[in-house]
Amino acid sequence: MSRWNLSWRLLPLLAVMMLVLTGCAQDPYLSALDPKGPVASAQLSLIMLSLYIMIGVFVVVMVIYVYVLFRFRKRPGQTGIPEQVEGNHKLEIIWTVIPLILLAVLAVPTVSLTFDLAEKHSTEEALQVKVTAHQFWWEFEYPDLEISAGQDLYIPTGQKIQFQVTAKDVMHAIWIPALGGKIDTNPGMTNNMWLQADKPGTYKGKCAELCGPSHALMDFKVIALEPAEFDKWVNNMKATATKTVPASAQAGQEVFNQSCIGCHAVDATKGVKVPDIAPNLAGFADRTVLAGFIEHNNENLAQWIKNPQSLKPGNLMPAFEGKLDEQQINDLVEYMNTLTLE
Amino acid sequence: MATHAHPKRTGLWDWLTTVDHKKIGILYLIAGGFFFLIGGLEALLMRIQLMYPNQEIFVGGSFNQLLTMHGTTMIFLAAMPIIFALMNAIVPLQIGARDVAFPFLNSLGFWLFFLGGLLLNLSWFLGGAPDAGWTAYLPLSGKNYSGMGVDFYVLGLQIAGIGTWIGGINFLVTIINMRAPGLTFMRLPMFTWSVFVTSALILFAFPAITVSLVLLMFDRLFGGAFFEPALGGNIVIWQHLFWVFGHPEVYILILPAFGVISEVIATFSKKRIFGYSAMVFATVLIGFLGFMVWVHHMFTVGLGPVANSLFSIATMLIAVPTGIKIFNWLFTMWGGQIRFTAANLWAVGFLPTFVIGGMTGVMLSVPPADYQFHDSYFVVAHFHYTIVGGMVFALFAGLHYWWPKMFGKILNETLGKIGFWFFFIGFHLTFFPQHFLGLMGMPRRVFTFLPNQGLELGNFISTIGAFSMTIGTLVFLYNVIVTATRGEKASNDPWDARTLEWTISSPAPEYNFAQTPLVRGLDAFWVEKMAGKKKMTPAEPLGEIHMPSPSILPFIMSLGLFIAGFGFMHHAYLIVIIGLGTTVVCMFLRSIYDDPGYHVHPDEEEVKA
Repeated sequence: MSRWNLSWRLLPLLAVMMLVLTGCAQDPYLSALDPKGPVASAQLSLIMLSLYIMIGVFVVVMVIYVYVLFRFRKRPGQTGIPEQVEGNHKLEIIWTVIPLILLAVLAVPTVSLTFDLAEKHSTEEALQVKVTAHQFWWEFEYPDLEISAGQDLYIPTGQKIQFQVTAKDVMHAIWIPALGGKIDTNPGMTNNMWLQADKPGTYKGKCAELCGPSHALMDFKVIALEPAEFDKWVNNMKATATKTVPASAQAGQEVFNQSCIGCHAVDATKGVKVPDIAPNLAGFADRTVLAGFIEHNNENLAQWIKNPQSLKPGNLMPAFEGKLDEQQINDLVEYMNTLTLE
Repeated sequence: MATHAHPKRTGLWDWLTTVDHKKIGILYLIAGGFFFLIGGLEALLMRIQLMYPNQEIFVGGSFNQLLTMHGTTMIFLAAMPIIFALMNAIVPLQIGARDVAFPFLNSLGFWLFFLGGLLLNLSWFLGGAPDAGWTAYLPLSGKNYSGMGVDFYVLGLQIAGIGTWIGGINFLVTIINMRAPGLTFMRLPMFTWSVFVTSALILFAFPAITVSLVLLMFDRLFGGAFFEPALGGNIVIWQHLFWVFGHPEVYILILPAFGVISEVIATFSKKRIFGYSAMVFATVLIGFLGFMVWVHHMFTVGLGPVANSLFSIATMLIAVPTGIKIFNWLFTMWGGQIRFTAANLWAVGFLPTFVIGGMTGVMLSVPPADYQFHDSYFVVAHFHYTIVGGMVFALFAGLHYWWPKMFGKILNETLGKIGFWFFFIGFHLTFFPQHFLGLMGMPRRVFTFLPNQGLELGNFISTIGAFSMTIGTLVFLYNVIVTATRGEKASNDPWDARTLEWTISSPAPEYNFAQTPLVRGLDAFWVEKMAGKKKMTPAEPLGEIHMPSPSILPFIMSLGLFIAGFGFMHHAYLIVIIGLGTTVVCMFLRSIYDDPGYHVHPDEEEVKA
């Protein structure tokens, strides 16, 4: 009997645990409850501190609450009038002062971490990354390395990354929960934020501010590499400036040069020098997803070129169905599959 | 003093012209309830879309219209009007007044709100609803990135906002000037106190939203550039103005809820409110601090660590007076004789739910933590715990409690309890998992989520909860119908309550009090009961009662602004002139024709009873 009772009491706890555990999935990492860098860890420990204080208060309230509801419910046949208590100064002072002390305990680390996280690191201390958010994709520029990338953000592990963020059109917010909290990207302004990944892996990024029809689909990836791997990636990115195209893809390159190059660069060193209205496609073939969230295969890529609206409503890319014939689209897909960094 | 004929009106015309606060309260309840159902339907549709990953029922723009209209409707057109319904129905009765200070303005306030809300909702049929969120952040809500829907938002909310503002002023004046003899401020019932503070917040907060809406209107309709970064404008100004209004707004919503809870808990514990003066002080302090914390909605905007720290600490401070209230409610019940009526069930259910909302509120006030919470489902969970688990629970408590005074019949208790349990359980199922969804990386305002990110279970439970809340609401509606057709007739004082509204018949007669009562302490009616009396001591001899005349002008004035709204958004200036002209002519008529009102004789039978 008592065991039965206990399992019932544990049921809600189990449900919560299940909910949380489903969030601690494997690579790629998303959850803020499973921090992968010092910023996210510090934020989670502050969240836990505030949660513990609050749970303490909640327990006190609930104990009184449950006691009162059982002890002082009107019983059948009960008459008379309860004593009309005006108040109790001692009690009232207690529940004014104790919360003040608890809040002071919370306020000190809060203010200290707020200032830490607002610190702006120079080029010597951190890798600088300029982020520009667009409807509905991300541009990452590495000013010191003179390269830029679309959609996938590569970073070295064990090093602070200093972001300078802005937006081209409407407000967005950059959020990589496993690495740390978010900051708004405001058109006409630049905000600063720093993050760090301790271990190699893929961390999911999200747009957190409502930015139009495809706000939900404005995902990106952060790929953290060991410093040596990262340097290799940088060199490969730089090499896209001089990369030659295999003969089999030349027909596709011609189509690209006629129809796509007005908006898309395939050369990572050119980045923002091309009209920055569309993502840089350097290293496109290495991306595991298209447009931030669609499985990367030839069929989906052809569908995207034909009618991007059907996959990501409100994006700015024109539909090429009717403008390019089936053969041209196949050539284009072939060509884009050659845009690797190897 | 000349006696004027008593103009008896019936049917629709009576409702269009009434200036009686009790009838206006019912109008607010019907209109607010109607919008509540629309907003609830919008919520249900969103939850259905989010029940499973990658669904394609409401995608992209159409989902954004739903989320924008859900938020805007629930805040401006459902929550506030239902609060106004209780304010109108109860406050004059609680202070022993025969009406509000400005009955004509009261009617005008209602019709402005209703026609503004109607204008906003017509957007569904006329080119699409607004889709930039209820916060309408720039540049998304600017003319380059959103359609006509936002014009409806800008004009509808301006018109509705004027109505709310007028209402706020009216209740401030009413509570200051029209209290019965002996009813000093420190004897006011807690509900009236909370309405008083809320009205003061409305007075100061609504100008801020009006200014921001006017600026946005200039940007959208007349080529302004207040929020256009390319032309030197600044998008953050909108956020400041919006939240200078928006944060006090949440206290405008929650303070009357606190008031309702204080009344219901005291009555059903058969005890006076514990620590009355601390409760009053806490209410005023919360109202004051409410204006000092708007930046906690903007921690991620990039205002710097100094601003973030200051507003963080100011926000934490609000927990103190709120905590005082929670403990005072607990100790009001302590030592009492608690009756679990449907009304009290809602009030008792409010307590732990609102405490959870307050807890997450403190957690959100920590900026580094907020960087994770902000714009995620954690925030969605938090504000639904305060607004639904706090305010809506309290509104249901208030409606069950005061229904007899408003309609003369007691809502069916069994149905009331069934509805409560469906809503209460559904509420926690819907919103509790959302705390975790947010921390697990689900941003708010997304129309879908991808599979295999750990978000399926929480979203599924949340949608099931939404269905349960829907059933709870439908049970309440059914209860209203059942009660109207064959409900039990209510006596003057069905709950053995404490305040003045229970000394008169249910529903109250047209003139409320045949003789203005003399108030001799806190909980005026209880004081008399304890002295062994069945009714109040009158403060004046029995005589003719002066009443305000009904008028159709408030309706026509509001209609004029409604028409002008359409003209503005289509740049049809002839229609603007016709609309505004109608309003101005009505104002002129109202000014030059002196309205002496009329007199009635109180019902002799009732006075004796």
